[in-house]
Amino acid sequence: MKNLIRALSLVLIVSFVLLYIVHRLNTAQGYTGENTITVYNWGDYIDPELLDQFEDETGIKVIYETFDSNEAMLTKIEQGGTSYDIAVPSEYMIDKMKQEDLLLPIEHSQLPNLKNIDPRFLNLAFDENNEYSIPYFWGTVGILYHPDKVSDEIDFKQWDDLWHPSLKNDVLLVDGAREVIGFGLNSLEYSLNETDKARLLEAKNKLDTLTPNIKAIVGDEIKLLMQNNEAAVAVLWSGTAQDAMWENESLEYTVPEEGSNLWFDNMVIPKTTKNKEAAHQFINFMLDPKVAAQNAEYVGYSTPNKAALPHMDEETTSDERFYPDEEQTAKLEVYENLGKQMLAYYNELFLEFKMHRK
Amino acid sequence: MKAKSRNYYLIPYVLWIALFVITPIVLVVYYSFFNIEGEFSLENYQKFFTPVYLKMTLSSFWYAFLITFFTLLIAYPTAYLLTKTKHKQLWLLLIIVPSWINLLLKAYAFIGIFGTYGAANKFLEVMGVGGKQILFTDFSFVFVSVYIFLPFMILPIFNALDELNPSFIDASKDLGASSWRTFSRVVFPLTLDGVKSGCQIVFIPALSLFMLTRLIAGNRVITLGTAIEQHFLVTQDWGMGATIAVFLIIFMVVIMLLTGRRKRGEMR
Repeated sequence: MKNLIRALSLVLIVSFVLLYIVHRLNTAQGYTGENTITVYNWGDYIDPELLDQFEDETGIKVIYETFDSNEAMLTKIEQGGTSYDIAVPSEYMIDKMKQEDLLLPIEHSQLPNLKNIDPRFLNLAFDENNEYSIPYFWGTVGILYHPDKVSDEIDFKQWDDLWHPSLKNDVLLVDGAREVIGFGLNSLEYSLNETDKARLLEAKNKLDTLTPNIKAIVGDEIKLLMQNNEAAVAVLWSGTAQDAMWENESLEYTVPEEGSNLWFDNMVIPKTTKNKEAAHQFINFMLDPKVAAQNAEYVGYSTPNKAALPHMDEETTSDERFYPDEEQTAKLEVYENLGKQMLAYYNELFLEFKMHRK
Repeated sequence: MKAKSRNYYLIPYVLWIALFVITPIVLVVYYSFFNIEGEFSLENYQKFFTPVYLKMTLSSFWYAFLITFFTLLIAYPTAYLLTKTKHKQLWLLLIIVPSWINLLLKAYAFIGIFGTYGAANKFLEVMGVGGKQILFTDFSFVFVSVYIFLPFMILPIFNALDELNPSFIDASKDLGASSWRTFSRVVFPLTLDGVKSGCQIVFIPALSLFMLTRLIAGNRVITLGTAIEQHFLVTQDWGMGATIAVFLIIFMVVIMLLTGRRKRGEMR
């Protein structure tokens, strides 16, 4: 009994000492709540040096946290445990967050650098007049492939090339319901935002016939697998493709002509913020041409920042595969928020498609 | 006085059980009665009995069975040999050590080993068999799962074997039984409890494996665990996710009852 009490008090004392040390460390570094912001972003989606630079310039400390899906992010912000000041959701999620009243309007007067953004990325359907969001990166969904490992007959100008018999067991897909069902719809020349159940079913049935060619449906590992020549073809996001191409120069990326997805990740200020001022400062900092250029070179996705392009490697910015012009993006579609019910149906179909055996 | 103070010791235990065992189960059951629109309904239970989820349940059971079977097949002889070795605690430790390494790390290592240009295929080529697709197959899924669960099966069997009174074996041999007969009539029945708890520890988590299904099986194997993950994280259909979880709980209770230890007073 005595021992038990002694052990318990020891545990308590140690915990309090640790707690005190953490507190002292935080205050010593200036983490006092008033001059910190919490940034909630996708994994590996910012150049960490920029966070240091921002801290040096403004004296505001940045606490950086990451998520791996829009939905996971939404759940955490809804629960409100942490007071996030900045989040970076995709377009359809912004629509949803707006409806659920989770976002604060952004004061454009506090963002002098907003003028750097290419007007074609402003005032988009999911957030008119950019009332709640500022573009961070954008990109497409397309096909990454090893030209010397696929037959000469196919160039992936259309999605149907994925069904080519020579690609047996050689195609990787990204594990996303909207992406996979989406290219199924695209290959039938339907809209990516299709809500007609008969057409969706048709797309799913078509995807089932792709099963013999599919090697695996994976997440972020897709980059690694393509770099290591594990498969000849992969359907994925442009930024992941760019990353893989930097590592393995024999890879090619293309967006089929029938159309595909055009997506935007955007900075927003959730209602949980405790430091609105600093959040605006952070957004403005990220919009600075040099900062945006450095960030884009690090991350590999396409920046919507027009003024940043001259600061970047010309080879990258003139690459039409990653910086398609307006004419090319006109054929691409942005995801709309289809509502919970429809999203559930997409996922239901995707699950059934995954279960379809060879 | 004594009885009273004993009751105080129960407080942490009762609190723990109430907060972390009973509350979550009640919440899971509660959520399972709400459809995606947040209305009270039995829709989710109806949905579970559609071919999609029934097929998923069957395939989960099939893979869990395969995993348990192969784990047992390897674990029993290993545990048996371990009890016969000189430094058995050391050997046992060596088997347990890999289970301290993070599961995710091990899964990623296997992606490298089983890949097209990985060590396993190099070996096959040297042996003259030629390269094969190993990663993203049923084989790799079962193999990696067996590897991960192996220590959990070996431990209870090892303990059961270790506790076995050697005089039973001597008696059996003295009475003229062959080695095989001694094993099948004396050793195995007496260690059955270890086998049962080993099977429980392996079969139940194997039913709801989810990360390996993506990393090692490339989503070609879909288990109930995968579906729960998807419903909670992507679809945000918490009701359906909870319903699947309710069925998993029911399956687990049934399995526990079937393989549960029977009281055998005369044994010790």
